[in-house]
Amino acid sequence: MIRYIRWCACFCALLLAALLVNVARVQVWEAAAYGANPANKRPAVERYAEPRGDILVDGRPVTGSRDSGQLLRYERTYENGPLYAPVTGFSSQTYGTSLLERAEDAILAGTDPGLSAFPLWYELARGRPSGGNAETTVRAGVQRAAYTGLAGRRGAAVALEPATGRILALVSSPSYDPAELSGTGGPVKAAWARLNADPARPMLNRALRETYPPGSTFKIVTAAAALDAGVVADVDAPTQTPDPYPLPGTNTLLPNAGSGCQDASMAEAVQWSCNTVMAKIGVRVGLRAMVDAARRFGFNEEGLRVPAWVSRSNFDTDMSPDQLALSSIGQFNTRATPLQMAMVAAAVAGGGELPSPYLVERTTQDDGDQVRRGRPHGLGRAMSPATALRLQEMMVAVVENGTGHNAAIPGAVVGGKTGTAQHGVGNAGTPYAWFIGWAKAQDAPLPGVAVAVVVEDAEARRGDISGNGAAAPIARAVMEAALAAPAKR
Amino acid sequence: MTALTAEVAEPAPPPPPDGSAPKRRGVELTLLAGAVLICVLGHHCVALATAGRTPEPAGRYAAWLAGAALLAHLAVRFRAPYADPLVLPIAVLLNGLGLVLIQRLDATTPTHPTAGGQLRWSALGVALFVLVVVVLRDHRVLQKYAYLSVAAALALMLVPVFFPAVNGAHIWIRFAGLSFQPGEFAKILLAVFFAAYLAANRTALALTGRRLFWKLRLLPGRVLGPILTIWLLSVGLLVLERDLGTSLLFFGLFVIMLFTATGRIGWIAIGLLLAAVGAYAVGTFEPHVHSRVEDWLNPFASIDRGEGPGQLAQSLFAFAAGGLLGAGLGHGQSFLIGFAAKSDFILATAGEELGLVGITAILLLYGLLVHRGFCAGLALRDPFGRLLATGLASIVALQVFVIAGGVTGLIPLTGMAMPFLAQGGSSVVTNWVIVALLVRLGDSARRPRPPEEAAA
Repeated sequence: MIRYIRWCACFCALLLAALLVNVARVQVWEAAAYGANPANKRPAVERYAEPRGDILVDGRPVTGSRDSGQLLRYERTYENGPLYAPVTGFSSQTYGTSLLERAEDAILAGTDPGLSAFPLWYELARGRPSGGNAETTVRAGVQRAAYTGLAGRRGAAVALEPATGRILALVSSPSYDPAELSGTGGPVKAAWARLNADPARPMLNRALRETYPPGSTFKIVTAAAALDAGVVADVDAPTQTPDPYPLPGTNTLLPNAGSGCQDASMAEAVQWSCNTVMAKIGVRVGLRAMVDAARRFGFNEEGLRVPAWVSRSNFDTDMSPDQLALSSIGQFNTRATPLQMAMVAAAVAGGGELPSPYLVERTTQDDGDQVRRGRPHGLGRAMSPATALRLQEMMVAVVENGTGHNAAIPGAVVGGKTGTAQHGVGNAGTPYAWFIGWAKAQDAPLPGVAVAVVVEDAEARRGDISGNGAAAPIARAVMEAALAAPAKR
Repeated sequence: MTALTAEVAEPAPPPPPDGSAPKRRGVELTLLAGAVLICVLGHHCVALATAGRTPEPAGRYAAWLAGAALLAHLAVRFRAPYADPLVLPIAVLLNGLGLVLIQRLDATTPTHPTAGGQLRWSALGVALFVLVVVVLRDHRVLQKYAYLSVAAALALMLVPVFFPAVNGAHIWIRFAGLSFQPGEFAKILLAVFFAAYLAANRTALALTGRRLFWKLRLLPGRVLGPILTIWLLSVGLLVLERDLGTSLLFFGLFVIMLFTATGRIGWIAIGLLLAAVGAYAVGTFEPHVHSRVEDWLNPFASIDRGEGPGQLAQSLFAFAAGGLLGAGLGHGQSFLIGFAAKSDFILATAGEELGLVGITAILLLYGLLVHRGFCAGLALRDPFGRLLATGLASIVALQVFVIAGGVTGLIPLTGMAMPFLAQGGSSVVTNWVIVALLVRLGDSARRPRPPEEAAA
């Protein structure tokens, strides 16, 4: 019997060995796969176990965290959610994150290795540091001016600091409250469905992700190309352009919105927004030089991040002369994001250097120690300094004595360019009213703000009047706010 | 009754050295102190992690545990001085760890605290341990009650059939707000009966089995009867109570003890064949069991169907989250398992919070306990004692394998309590009685023989 007891003991030892091997298989070999299974709630529980770091505007948080008492414990809250939604994006337990909440997620959620002096310690202790904060470049006053200016109409406004590329305001309208999407459950799903079904598309960030035909505001790029290429040596010289102007190689006649464009100089053409003159100049500059100029201003560049990604603005690279003529006045296939047009204005205001726009001034640990700092850097030279100076003069003329007089600010030098972009089949769509510009305080050495405003549902009046009527007042309010409250940095 | 107590010729093992066998009670006391210390430490870790402060009645838990351990130790010291010094500390450590894990899971279900109840059942278990060690002076007394045992066991197993099913199985008796699983206690009674029956009949079973193996139809019913009876009983139990785990345990126990008594591989073959037929039939035709088999074959099927992870998937997630070193007591999310997290799936909490290291330690503790049981069986001189020790050790081993294998996806999941760890009063009490019997058997095995017996 002794022998059989031993056999039984061996059998039990085999069972034990099988258990140990299997446990090791589950806990070591399969652990990563099981941990990554989408049905495994652990990563989510861990992610929301601590309050999320905050996004700051003017040093004050515009986000917060609320203890929901649920399994996914902390939910995102937003102060002035609709105002800052185009900056913050949402952080939802159901639908993930967007915009800054996504781009700076590692900092906010506390997973960034830079948050800890000893990342290995957290690795060993299986804890993680508290979420850090992201301080934005946005200034509350400027943002609010743009938001109230748009007043819920479809459109967008972007304000930049030309010298650095800091984004002072980033507004998309109509907006939404990202707090509605924070948690889980029926109301969140209902809000998501409603926001996605809304024809006004409130969750679309028009400032970064929507491209519009830039219309007459693109004439600044065409003028810069002409000056840099030497096609126009004297901005005040007559250009011998007929009105209307027959598009090269076709019988189509390109008209002007106003009168007085016949044989106008380039300065006059910018001031009064003559389609005929600028189209002809674009054709004379030529496809290659126009494409090069557009690229120097940031068109056709993929992968711009602020740090949220930005849609690509387009200027076609293969066109017939008549298409080039239309493209040179911001029509045909030319499309730009509001941010791109703000960069154009900023390049003119900044003496020709194209700034790289950025939204995050710096990221910090929860105790305020800096993790990373946004550094101003240029994206290259868009035009020569002399060209920039001449364009500045022409843009000032637009505001002081041209189509953009609604943007004038007493006691400041303001330059601008209006635009009305037609779109749709046979130009049947609602025109887009544009205004891009910059402003310099009287005593300041450099312009303090560059701005781009687009309004989709402008009063359906053709011509440059709508750019001046719908968009310019908003741009003026934004520039006023930016000059009134200079950065305290 | 004479047939049951008949002596069977078997060469006796060499007698232990006279009189001078060390009692090793000091070792036991030291190990007990260590076990209590580990559990108190765990208790504090859980309270710090879940509530952020030391436990409310700071010393009460420690005092209870230390008091119970000391009481059990004194009973062993005075009534079973030659007992194995490892058995009691292992039991205390496992029971204490179980309490720590249940207390940890209580923090996630504030409306259903269960640690207090488990503590009371554990106290009752220790009391029964002391009672058995004090009252039962010689394990051979049990041999006289073989048929009483089997009658009581059958009665205990049949009673729950008349009570309403709980979670698909008729294994509970609910009475005056208390629920009890009588099948748990029936395990011990059956082990006693099997040991006594086989000790008496093993010669007959061994000899006839060999000669008639190829003419099975000629096997006398007297010999074939018992195994068929037990098989039918197990299957009947399964059908009536839908308790796959317990029937598997009973059948496995019987086959192991039959093999130990006779050494006939043929019996094992027949047993395995019958078990396979039974398991296949039940696994195919019984929906409750069938779904368990499906879950085992594909634990993530419910996720693919969009119904979210099932219990087994959640259990595997918990083990995986633990990794090598574990998340730390109170830092895991094993409560995601939901239903039965504190009972059948308690090992998943241990796996997530203590890691592979902790699970290995716990499984090795069980292994050690089973090993000490087999050692007692080897050292004992009477066949009944040997078979009983083998049976009790096998009960623990099979139970650990069935439930630990179930929650880790090694075999289909069957509802069964992890000995000492899992929440469940009847299980804890039963295990303390098993440990008491192992202590008694160990004491008998190592006790120096009285002079007249040694001379005989």
